[in-house]
Parts: sequence; C-alpha cells; structure tokens
Amino acid sequence: MLQYVVRRVLIAIPLLIVASILTFALTTAMGDPLADWKLLKARTPAEVASEYHRIGWDRSPPQRYLDWAGGFVTGDWKTTIIPGNGTQDVRSEIGRALGVTLQLVIFAEVIALLLGMAVGALGAVRQYSPFDYAATGAAFFMFSMPLFCVAVILKFAGIQLNNWLENIGAGRWIVTSGPPRDGFSGGLGHILYSYSGAFVLPVLSLVAIQFALYSRFQRASLLDTLNADYVRTARAKGLTPARVVVRHALRTGLIPVITVFALDLGLLFGGAIITETVFGWRGMGALIVDAITKKEPWMVQSWMMITAIVIVAFTLLADIVYAYLDPRIRLG
Amino acid sequence: MSEQPAPGVSEKPVSGKVEPLLAVEDLSVEFGTDDGLVRAVRGVTFELAPGEVLGIVGESGCGKSVTAAAMMGLLPRNARVHGSIRFQGQELVGAAPEALRALRGSRISMIFQDPMTSLNPVYTVGWQLAEAYQAHHRVPAKQARAKAVEALDQVGIPQPDRRAKQYPHEFSGGMRQRAMIAMAIINEPELIIADEPTTALDVTVQAQILETLVKISTDVSAAIMLITHDLGVVAGVADRVQVMYGGTVVEAAGVEELFAHPRMPYTVGLLGSVPHPELIGRPLTPIHGAPPSPLHLPSGCTFGPRCPLVAEQCRESEPELVTIGAAEDPGAAHATRCHRWSELSGDQSARRMFSHAEIGLHEDPAADLVEEQ
Amino acid sequence: MVDVRNPTPDRAERDAASAGFADSQARAQWRTVARRFVRHKAAVAGMVLFSLLLLFAFAGPLLWTASLDAGGDAKIAPGGAHPFGTDRIGRDMLAQVISGTRFSLQIALVVAVVATVAGVVLGALAGYLRGLVDAAISRLIDLLLCVPNLVITAVLARSTFTLAPSVQNQSNWLSVALIIALFTSWFPIARTIRGMTLSLREKEFVEAARALGAPTSRIVFRHILPNTVDVIIVNATVTVAQAVLLESALSFVNLGVHRPEASLGLLINENKNELATLPWLFWFPFVFIVLISLSVNFMGDGLRDAFDPRQRKVRE
Repeated sequence: MLQYVVRRVLIAIPLLIVASILTFALTTAMGDPLADWKLLKARTPAEVASEYHRIGWDRSPPQRYLDWAGGFVTGDWKTTIIPGNGTQDVRSEIGRALGVTLQLVIFAEVIALLLGMAVGALGAVRQYSPFDYAATGAAFFMFSMPLFCVAVILKFAGIQLNNWLENIGAGRWIVTSGPPRDGFSGGLGHILYSYSGAFVLPVLSLVAIQFALYSRFQRASLLDTLNADYVRTARAKGLTPARVVVRHALRTGLIPVITVFALDLGLLFGGAIITETVFGWRGMGALIVDAITKKEPWMVQSWMMITAIVIVAFTLLADIVYAYLDPRIRLG
Repeated sequence: MSEQPAPGVSEKPVSGKVEPLLAVEDLSVEFGTDDGLVRAVRGVTFELAPGEVLGIVGESGCGKSVTAAAMMGLLPRNARVHGSIRFQGQELVGAAPEALRALRGSRISMIFQDPMTSLNPVYTVGWQLAEAYQAHHRVPAKQARAKAVEALDQVGIPQPDRRAKQYPHEFSGGMRQRAMIAMAIINEPELIIADEPTTALDVTVQAQILETLVKISTDVSAAIMLITHDLGVVAGVADRVQVMYGGTVVEAAGVEELFAHPRMPYTVGLLGSVPHPELIGRPLTPIHGAPPSPLHLPSGCTFGPRCPLVAEQCRESEPELVTIGAAEDPGAAHATRCHRWSELSGDQSARRMFSHAEIGLHEDPAADLVEEQ
Repeated sequence: MVDVRNPTPDRAERDAASAGFADSQARAQWRTVARRFVRHKAAVAGMVLFSLLLLFAFAGPLLWTASLDAGGDAKIAPGGAHPFGTDRIGRDMLAQVISGTRFSLQIALVVAVVATVAGVVLGALAGYLRGLVDAAISRLIDLLLCVPNLVITAVLARSTFTLAPSVQNQSNWLSVALIIALFTSWFPIARTIRGMTLSLREKEFVEAARALGAPTSRIVFRHILPNTVDVIIVNATVTVAQAVLLESALSFVNLGVHRPEASLGLLINENKNELATLPWLFWFPFVFIVLISLSVNFMGDGLRDAFDPRQRKVRE
C-alpha cells in the first residue's frame, strides 16, 4: 500500500510539472497585465518601461516561468503586481482563502452526501414509487437550474426573511456577506446564532445541487447492485430483505458514490466559485474570479497550481478508498 | 446415480403411496412488460419424489429458469403466478414472503449459472457461507464459520480453512461453483435447484462439478432439479427428464426411456444436437429457427413452425400432454405433447428428420471440408 | 474462411437472406427504441418542449419584431405591448429573451456537436490504438481535469475577449462555445468511449474484421463505434444541458458572451439585482434557461431508458 502511494506520488510529479507549464501558458495568454493601466491615462515610455521592469515583464516568458517555479517550490509565491491593487502576498492570501472555503465546502458536502445517499437508496429500493418519482423530479429540476440562480434566489429569500424577522422584532438573522467575523466570541447561543445565520444560505445552495448529484448516483448504483447475481444469491439464501439490501446491495453500491465524493471534494477545494461570489465569502472561488478579472498573473498561476495539487491528491485518495472498499482491486 | 437410488426412494415407488416432495400443478407465470404480456410459463405440472434427480431440459427462453424462480419466490415484481406449487404439502404460491424466506436456503436451495457473479465480491467466501448458515440457525459467529469450513471441505475444496478467508476473485470458476454448492447444502435442504450449474464452466471441470453436486446431495438426501439446455448433462445423472418448450412441458419420461424412445419431434431434435462419438466427422443436426418469443407464441403447437412433421392439426390446436405407456408403472411413465407422437417410432433418427434443409450442402461433409481448404 | 471460398448459389442466396434479416433486425431495434422512447411521457414532453424552444428562438424574431435596442419606455411591467415587460433602459424583454434563448441554444448545440465529435474520435483512438496514443490522450485529460473547468474557461474567455480588436467582436458566442467544448465538455465522452473501445476491440467480430485485413479506420468507424451509438447519443444530450448551464455560470462571473450577443445567462446576470424591484427581468430568462436544460435532461433520460431498459426491472 505504502509502496503504491509512493509510486503514485512519483507519477504525479511529471503531471504537475506539465500542469504548471500549461497553467503558465494560460496565464500568459491572459495578455499584458499592464494593458488596463496603460489605457487609464497617457504614460511616458520611461514610466511604462520602469513599470514593466518592476513587475518583471521585461524578461522572456521562459525566464519568468523559471523564476516563478523556483519561488513556488521554495515557498515564495510572489505578490500581486498590478498597479493600484496593492501588494498582497499570494501565499498568505491563498492560505486565508483556502481556510474560508474549507469551512463552507466540507460542511455542505457532508450534508449533501448523507442526504443524497439516503434519498437515492430509498428511491432505488422503492423504484417507481411516488417517493422515487418525487425525488427524481426534484433532482432533475436541480440539475436544470443554473447554480448561481439558486444562490441568487436564496439570497433574495434570505433578505425577505430578514425583513420579516426585523418586523417581528427578532433581528436580522441571515448574513449574506461571508463567514461570521467575530468567530467564536460571545456565549454559545450567540455563536450558534451567528454561525447558522452565516452558513445557512451558502450551505443550502451548495447542498441543493450536490445532493441532486449524489442521490442520482446512489440510486443508479444501487439499482445496478440490486439486479446483480450476488444479490439474487443473497435472497436465495433466505436473508431478510433488509439484510439483502443493506449488507449486500448497499455495501457494494456505495463504492462508486464514495469515489465520486472524494473526487468532488478535491474539485471543490478550488472553491464554490458561484456560491462564494453571491454570498460574499472571500474564499478560493471569489479569489480566482477577482484575480482573473484583474489579470493578476502570479495569483492566477499559483492558485491553479495549488488546486491542481489538491485535485491530484484527492484523485489518489479516491483510488485508495476504492481499493479499500473493493477487495478485487489490489494496489501495488 | 441412476442405478443407485437415493435414500428415501424405494426401488419401485408406487404412485400415491409416497408423498411427493414437490407437486407443481398447472403453474403459469406471466409478466406484464412495456412490450406486452409475456407468458413465460404455461400450465406446467410435475412431481418430484424425495431424493429424486429431475432434469429439466430446453433452449433458453423456454421457461425453465422462471419455473425455478417461482419455486424460490424470486420472481420479479411484475410477475403474476397462477396454479399451485406444494412443497411437502405446503402451498408456495401466494404464501407470505416471510414463510417463503424461511424455506429459501434452508429447505430449498439454489445454485446459479454464473459462479463468477453469483458470489458477492466484497465479502470472503467463508463469510458468505456462514451468513447462509446463520440466516436459518441461531448460532454464534464462530460456530457458523466452522460450519462454513466444513461445508467447503465437503465439496472437495482443498485447504478449506485458508480458502474460507479468501475473496471470490481469488477462486477459479470451478472452485466458486463448488463454493456455491457448499452454500446450497450448508443447511441440508430437501431440494436443490441447480440452474445451469455447469454452463459457465470449462468442459473439463463440468463433469467434476456435476459429480460433486450429485454425490453431496445424496449425502444430505436432497432431491435435485437440474435445469440445463444440454441433454448430455442430464444423461448421466438424472432419474427422470422433462423437456420444456415454449413455456410448457412437451415431453417427460424416465431418462433411459426418453433417450431410447423420444416421442416428441423437439426431443428428437435436441438429441440430434448432442455430440456423440459415433458421429465423429459428421456435422451435428441443428433445429432450424429460434425458440418462440414468449411475447408472441405461435398458434397451435408452439414447436410447429420448426417441426419437420408439422401437419394441419398442429397449426389448429395445441396438443394436450398425454400419458403413454404403462400408467400403472410410474417408472415407465411417458408423457408427450404431440399430435403425431404415435408416428414417431422412437428410433427416428434426428439426422433424417431435421436434415431436409441441408440437402445438397452436407450430402458429403468430407468433400465440403476439402473444398474449404 | 467463408469469404475466401466461391459461394455456391445456394449459399449466396442464404447469405443474402441472412443479411436482409440482420438489416431488418437493426431496423426493428430502432423501432423498439423509438417505441420505448415514445412511451416515456417525460421524454416526449421534453422533446416537444425543446422543439417549441427551438421554434421560439429561431422563428420568434419573424413574429415578434420589437427592437432589441434601448429607447422605449423603461421599467414597464409585463402585459399589453410588452408581454415580458421592458428593462431599465427600455429594451423589450420578449425580444431580449428570444435572442438570449437563441444564443444559449446555439452555444449549447455547437458545444454538443464539437465535444461529441472530439470526444468520440479521441476516445476511440485511445482505446483502439492503446500504447502511446492512449497515454498521450489520457494524460491530456488528466491534465485538463487538474484545474476546475470553470476556471480554465474563464481564463481563456478573458484572454480571448481582451485580445479581440473591439468589444463589438461579432460571434464571440462561437468562441465561448468552442472554449467550453474543447476545454471541458469532451472529456467525459472520450473517457467512456475509450473504455468501451478497449473492451470492444477484444470482441470476436472485431478480430474477424482485423483478420480479413480491414483498415483501422474501417474497424473503428464501422465495427466499434456503431456499438457505442446509444452511449454517444445520451452523452451528447446531457452535454447540451451542461453547456447551457456552464455558459450561464461564465456569464455570471462576467466572462461569458458580451453584448450585443446576450445569452440567457447574461440577461439573468444583468438583472439579478432587480429581483426585488423589477422581478420579471430575472424570472423570464431564468424560466427559459430552466426549460432548456429540463427538456434536454428529460430527453436524455428517456433515451437512456429506451436504449437500455434493463434498469426498469428489479427483482423483488
């Protein structure tokens, strides 16, 4: 097992090197980082030249790449460079954003997974029952909704709820501007109040979409295993229907769902871009949208690199989980 | 097997004296599907004595497996069952699911066709056997595991102790089927339904598996319903053979009687499809066409469209299953569903009956071969 | 072997007969699929709805000739002269939604076609040729999967539109569609087709074709791909729905199409802050975007069931 992990990590290194070149190419393709600055007002050639020198753009792209890569490996991820943006340290900014995103994503994903598995499994066991039709219909509806519309509508509903709460004198519970700032201060009641108020809408909007995905996955996977020969064998043994479903069909049917979950979690470390933007969470998603809009090259570059590393790591994790759950797969 | 009757069967069972283990009467199974009503089993009647080995033979889609599934209560949800299945006097059609569950695996057990997929890949073989035992016995896990190892030993799996801890994918096909047999006999059932138990296996292990199955069921004095499409498989092991076609029984007789004097053109055709040492170098004689779809059964005799002896009356009405031969001697009892059975002398050669379509092509098979090179 | 030999008239006749049989069998299979699809109520409803949406988007401008430009009365509620109302600067919303639906559908259909062709060809090549080609294509997919697809498309959209000579850059919808197709949508199809090809290439009929000396392209396109046609069709359908949603997400972060080519996503994004004051500006494009992907998803589901009815039966 350890040997397998080491080998996979070694295989991942060339992949990540190529990925860094690809992301560098993408970043470079975004164009001249000073284009907007130059358009702002007339600049003298000397001003322009010194500005290009300051941000390191007087060097060739390969040199810039090596410069960046060397820094990335040793922990110096450079700063934001576009004039007027200030000079934020890329590494500490990404670290901060990752923390914000994690709070949101892990919470939402776990709820979505548990809910999706329960609904999907029930839908498969009671195939073509009213419950199954309702769950299928709901999932299709969620699949067909643009995520940002769900978020926008939820935000609108949250504001209405706040107004109503204020009218009855209960105060504005819902927060639509990021995680609670005061953290864990005040009494337990206050912490619960501020956390739930800040989390409820973004978590709901993420759960709505992800839950639909997991429930469909669970349903399809369980229907597959319910029709499998070994489940027929389990019935022929005279096991109770509950045991047949739980111990035989569900146990095997879980494997693909858990694998997809691990892969998804990796992807979502890159930020729930839409949700974060709508609800004012300054996490990974909001960070990258901001950086792309401002054409901040080092921020975009390091962000993509970190995400790539996390995704590769979670793909490996998914494989390990798969091998652990399915004895037919032997790693090594 | 045939010359060594299992315990529980007297040398010459007298009809009505011995309570049949299983009595199926006028069993019909229909499925309502998107494409219409599928009449998978139609009016099937037969009995099985304790310890008897009954071969049920027919092409795929003729209702063999559905009959078995009906007995186990394992039919799909959309199935409608009519008629009666009595097991030791207990009616199974319409019985409470809980009552059927208590029978399944304990008194009636089943072996399936594909041992590759019939065992759960994520549990060890021993675990799955122990589970089968515990489903019907309140015993501690340790005892169930010991029982599982014992059962694996019984079916001739070497090092059963070590093997029990392995996963199905670590077993070969033949070993897995042995494990399935072990699972079937672990609760010492009275009836084992074996649905094409050797079809998915290499020819070399087929005979071993059959032998194991018959020997082991003799040990636990279980009757066997051996479902197969291969007359060669039943020849060596069955006491009685029942041929099914188009969802119903078309001929039933003792194994020797059936092989010697087939009274139904379909059986003749099946016999013509069995490879035989005497026919080396000559082509097998196939039955042309495909079995009828249970969605659209032909009118009259269901075998009519493929039958070389088809006559006007065959298209008009489906023949009854008539008993011929000595009715007072069940050993020689012979039933057939054919309007023209009396014209089949019994020694009819399949080759002569079915080869008309091949005339001019296989007149001289050797010449054919030469030409092909 | 049979082919090498001179067929006797008798055999030739039978070959012709059996070929005809296979042909009619193939036809019968398509008829069965069509029948199952027609019986799937949601799928039929989806198809009717999708046809109506196509009609609305492409024939709509002929019937509803209101100008797309600003200048009319602003902020009029739906009804009368403006069935969908007007927006803040007096653009007729019905005309906007018709044109938005058209751009969204154009993008989605181009994505589906390009991604399907690219995915099927690359997937089949990887699966059939294996070795270096497979390694290259599989690694490329791994590589592109390393970065969230919304980010890749956003970066590319940003580069494309600032490199463009002017904001009036015509057919930027096409650039958006191609970016979505080539950098995200073809992987799932390619992976599926690769897997299927890997197993199909070992089948007897493919070996037979190889033994007879059929060229690679013929084996891939005539023998292997026809066996994956059901998967391809279902995948392409789902891709349409995904492309509509991905395009709208791009619009949301201001990186999708630009005016004058307003997609439904752009319309929603422009009007998302009017939900409290001018709600129709949000709801009309929203409803249409949901209708597009809902109808396509239902069609896809119906097709999946029609091709593979096994899932419909469960043992009790």
